[in-house]
Amino acid sequence: MSTPFYVSPQQAMADRAEYARKGIARGRSLVVLQFADGIVFVGENPSRALHKFSEIYDRIGFAAAGKYNEYENLRIGGVRYADMRGYTYDRADVTARGLANVYAQTLGTIFSSAAEKPYEVELVVAEVGETPEGDQIYRLPHDGSIVDEHGSVAVGGNAETISTYLDQRHEDGMSLAEALKLAVQALSRDTNGSEREIPAERLEVAVLDRTRPQQRKFKRIVGRQLQRLLEADGASTAAEAEDPEESAGEE
Amino acid sequence: MDFLSAHRPEMLPGNRQLPPTQGVIEAPHGTTIVAVTFAGGVVLAGDRRATMGNVIAQRDIEKVFPADEYSAVGIAGTAGLAVEMVKLFQLELEHFEKVEGTTLSLEGKANRLSTMIRSNLGMAMQGLAVVPLFAGFDVDHDRGRIFSYDVTGGRSEEHGYAATGSGSLFARGAMKKLFHKDLTEGQATTLVVQALYDAADDDSATGGPDVARRIYPIVTVITEDGFRRLTDQESSEIARAILERRLEQPDGPRAELL
Repeated sequence: MSTPFYVSPQQAMADRAEYARKGIARGRSLVVLQFADGIVFVGENPSRALHKFSEIYDRIGFAAAGKYNEYENLRIGGVRYADMRGYTYDRADVTARGLANVYAQTLGTIFSSAAEKPYEVELVVAEVGETPEGDQIYRLPHDGSIVDEHGSVAVGGNAETISTYLDQRHEDGMSLAEALKLAVQALSRDTNGSEREIPAERLEVAVLDRTRPQQRKFKRIVGRQLQRLLEADGASTAAEAEDPEESAGEE
Repeated sequence: MDFLSAHRPEMLPGNRQLPPTQGVIEAPHGTTIVAVTFAGGVVLAGDRRATMGNVIAQRDIEKVFPADEYSAVGIAGTAGLAVEMVKLFQLELEHFEKVEGTTLSLEGKANRLSTMIRSNLGMAMQGLAVVPLFAGFDVDHDRGRIFSYDVTGGRSEEHGYAATGSGSLFARGAMKKLFHKDLTEGQATTLVVQALYDAADDDSATGGPDVARRIYPIVTVITEDGFRRLTDQESSEIARAILERRLEQPDGPRAELL
């Protein structure tokens, strides 16, 4: 007869967190940025079918890094929650805060339940307001905590390097093309500091655009439109080329 | 809801036995809806009157709703049930789109609506029928299409034009004489308002353009650019132009005899 080893709760939790973090770190990173007219989601995604970003409700978008089947499950749960809320009460009664709370509860319960393995996902729930001040971005790590973010947020494998890079360069009131360019620059930085090129066809881009006349503000940016936006900042490289050089000097 | 449907399905609102009633239940009823296809899409329009027996229950009711980006539904019959049905229909289409990442086909949407009408059959037998008209732009086939229904959920595709509600007979007669295959969008919107005018002319439950209160029919257009509802300004201009001509010719435009 063997007696099971005693594992302290602290150690057990640390192990679970370690497991989840490693799982998330295997996936590619994605970033969510505020820009003048809303919120933009940018990520590297070789697949055209398996999306990392999705519409939840009129003004609410969802982004996830980590294991696809796990976050897809959470996404569908979120859509169901939002649609039920909106149908039972009113469309205005569906908020990102409420949704983030539901996600936090779900992730937290799974994380601390000994019977299940923790989810290897990190989520971002964003809601676009009538004005930039009304924008809300929540980051939900694997353990069920909620972090209220402003300006920019990065999740996934290389999140720390990317978010430091973004924090230094993100400004309020950027245009969509500027924000997109910054996001792509941030995503193309590797852990060791080197840079690589991410072609447009490997990018997944979506926006929550408050200027959209429709009730539903979520929109994917694909094909020609994405190309145009990426080229728009390509054309103005002369002015913006100074930027990375300057920062390189600082470092 | 899930718990209830698993354990006591008869307790759900839709499954509850209705107490027997004497006579017809008095509830506001919506009246006439018309639709017509044109070269680049389809127009769906409705008058603004709701009646309860011989009383006008509401003068400015809205009976045409967008179902999603490329389709719309117009309702005739018991207003309360119909509006609820449309709300659920809109929700289902949007839910499907978000979960699956793709929109339903136009046929798929029409079939779903058919099932919803059939589930209301019990109420319909009590005099609370809902008979919508569904119109949309079929992006796969690149044309506007119209589907009409009966109370049992029977669905049939209409070619050219269709009408439902109490004034539908008169509206259909008018459209039959005015419709032709090469209508432009502008002509199609005028045609539906003409048809509604004729319906209001002969059916007491259908409301005509109310110039004094500035209440005009709701006219919606669905093309490859999506759903668009004409502004009050646009629809009042159409209605006023028709009214102007009808002052000289009360029965409206005349078709040729042969």
